[in-house]
Amino acid sequence: MTEAHTHDHDHDAADHGHAHAPPAKDEKIHSYYQVLGLALKELLIEKGIVSADEIRKTIELRDSITPALGARIVARAWTDPAYKKRLLTNGSEAIHEFGLDMGALHLVVVENTPSTHNMIVCTLCSCYPRAVLGLPPSWYKSREYRSRAVREPRKVLEEFGTHLSRDVEVRVHDSTADIRYLVLPMRPKGTEKLSEDELAALVTRDCMIGTSVVRSL
Amino acid sequence: MCGRASGRMQAEAMAEQLAPGTHVRVRDDYPPGHIRTPVYVRGKEGVVVRAFGSFPNPETLAIGRDGLPKKTLYEVRFKQKDLWSDYAGPEADCLDIDIYEHWLTKVQG
Repeated sequence: MTEAHTHDHDHDAADHGHAHAPPAKDEKIHSYYQVLGLALKELLIEKGIVSADEIRKTIELRDSITPALGARIVARAWTDPAYKKRLLTNGSEAIHEFGLDMGALHLVVVENTPSTHNMIVCTLCSCYPRAVLGLPPSWYKSREYRSRAVREPRKVLEEFGTHLSRDVEVRVHDSTADIRYLVLPMRPKGTEKLSEDELAALVTRDCMIGTSVVRSL
Repeated sequence: MCGRASGRMQAEAMAEQLAPGTHVRVRDDYPPGHIRTPVYVRGKEGVVVRAFGSFPNPETLAIGRDGLPKKTLYEVRFKQKDLWSDYAGPEADCLDIDIYEHWLTKVQG
């Protein structure tokens, strides 16, 4: 830990005036890996390999990526057939048009159709298209989702409120290597007159992971 | 351990690219180390969907080596019924997964 807490955080209930649980303390015992991570970070800074500001900037950049970016990509694909083609042919290239970059990884976009529903999981860890959706939700990283999405995907989908008919093929993608997947959901009926921005507002994170489908207005 | 395992894998590695539609079996092997082939597909048969190009081998990258030679990464499709004998969903449900070439052996379809 870098911040040494010398002052006392404890509240004295008698002085405090009203009864409620004291605020939880920030201080906690760090796990082995957290300590290792902090030690590595401090060493990298001390040796001048990266600066604290660069680390902060990277965290800020990562935090600035939200599913709204992915939603804009989906809405563009719905409204611009040429863009959709580029996106499905080479996702990594096509997101450059939105100023996004996959780095060393590849983005593969899989399209939902009336006969095929795609759903993404990483059974080994938490591989996720962070460059377009930001950080994964905690359930995506849970052991439960990771093990059940490949074993009983339809049951998992139902728990997300997604009921698919048995004549729709469920295609689970286990993202285990250098590829990151994004689901291109189906454009709902009745949205023909909506603008690209209005369409983007309909597209939620879970629709792009494939645990949900885009609902019409 | 890992060095020995990868030597054997290279001996088994296929020089030819596997075309989409090729029937393959995932090696039923349990080497130690950082393996990106989940246990539930080992020994199972599927079909190549596409090749994604070649990537550094994560098994040697994980132990501080250079990951060379690069390995072709394939998307392989399995029927859910072939993965889980008691799978409750329809016959057509499937699972696509990314597998490196040294884990795949060509089989008769």
